[in-house]
Amino acid sequence: MPTFDRAPSKLSSLLKRQSPLASAHYQRDTLARVALSAIAPHGGDFSTTLSAHGISALTPAKLDIFQINIGKLCNMACRHCHVDSSPDRTQENMSRETVDHCLRALDRTEAQTVDITGGAPELNPHFRYLVDQCVARGKHVIDRCNLTVLLLPTLKDLPEWFSDRGVEIVCSLPHYRQRNTDAQRGDGTFEKSIEALHRLNAVGYGQGDPAQQLTLMSNPVGAFLASNQVKLEQEWKAGLAKYQGVTFDRLITLNNMPISRYLEWLEQSGNLQSYMEVLVNAFNPATVEGLMCRNTLSVSWDGRLFDCDFNQMLELECHPSNPSSAQAPMHIRNFDPDQLAGRQIVTGRHCFGCTAGAGSSCGGALT
Amino acid sequence: MDQYYKPEHLPKFGEIGEGNSELSQKFFAYYGAVFAEGALSKREKALIALAVAHTIQCPYCIEAYSKESLQEGSDLEQMTEAVHVATAIRGGASLIHGLQMLDHVHKLAM
Repeated sequence: MPTFDRAPSKLSSLLKRQSPLASAHYQRDTLARVALSAIAPHGGDFSTTLSAHGISALTPAKLDIFQINIGKLCNMACRHCHVDSSPDRTQENMSRETVDHCLRALDRTEAQTVDITGGAPELNPHFRYLVDQCVARGKHVIDRCNLTVLLLPTLKDLPEWFSDRGVEIVCSLPHYRQRNTDAQRGDGTFEKSIEALHRLNAVGYGQGDPAQQLTLMSNPVGAFLASNQVKLEQEWKAGLAKYQGVTFDRLITLNNMPISRYLEWLEQSGNLQSYMEVLVNAFNPATVEGLMCRNTLSVSWDGRLFDCDFNQMLELECHPSNPSSAQAPMHIRNFDPDQLAGRQIVTGRHCFGCTAGAGSSCGGALT
Repeated sequence: MDQYYKPEHLPKFGEIGEGNSELSQKFFAYYGAVFAEGALSKREKALIALAVAHTIQCPYCIEAYSKESLQEGSDLEQMTEAVHVATAIRGGASLIHGLQMLDHVHKLAM
């Protein structure tokens, strides 16, 4: 019977605990072992499911979003984290050299949005340099913020600093009420998050100004799909205004991906089989055209290129499309926009997480 | 049959059409329409269904609408309050009949 135990106050990374799930290969094997052939059409195979809907392969569309995962270090350790971020991930941080490679690559693309994620991206020493450089290039910059990081004494100027640069803040908040937020992200997180939102509101965020856009991002707290973000947004806006005096601009909802610590939780709670069945049975072909892997490039802290942040965590790298070339996986230091545009997107069972129900992406629902 | 209630019956609910597909189709069409977004939200309807499920003590419905309530964005506190609403109405329904008892007592007893 699944349980919703309270989050442990000190959760360390899979890597530090030497869990087998720290290995991307082991995670992929774990997903492949889930028996779906009896219940799912096409045996729960993603590419076969696409083929059955007349889609031979996923190919890139125009590149809109240049997403940089700047490191795995985080001041928090959430139970659902697909990155396995935590305070103990101090080694995986993007260097200044790789940041500069990213900027040079960015200049060779038509991407208008730079989406900076982590970990807590603000903890990388080159974070402000990267933001300034992107803003100077006229890009729309997104900071994926866990909120609590804004309370750290060394970062308390960040709300105003972001505001001065028109950075969009996309904040993680699983629920507008305390219980579910703390269950997923640790005791005390809700209270800190509300304090951080007050600070963002105080400098003008979340009040309808497109230059100070405050977006809340919610993942389900458990083994079920994300709710309808349009309906939830109304309720959240009313609830946060009434009980917390907080305003925000929009809410996006994302499905949890069966990767890393969320995969660990699915296994431990006995939900892995049923969750995969939910994802596969909820396949919605209308989501495919808008999948984020088609308009996004995902760069890892060490400069490797991926179709999305989820493929990054499963170490499914972008490869040149010419199979006879036997070329190495793509890397930001050798960035070639034509090679990137000609690649075939790498898929796996986890991709059912993005095609389930209304669809899911770093920008929220797809339909 | 080794037990009356089987969890695997829930996802097979549609098989009830084996004996009369026309009636089951009408029922499921009606059921779907009832739970669609309307003057009440899907989340509100799921909470009502959860409360009713506890009143009629249907384990299938409790499983289905626990999941549905979470899926639609309710949290445990909200769901628990819904169950207490059902409990209050059930308890109140017993207690209000106590006034009938009182009438009988007042009529019969000295």
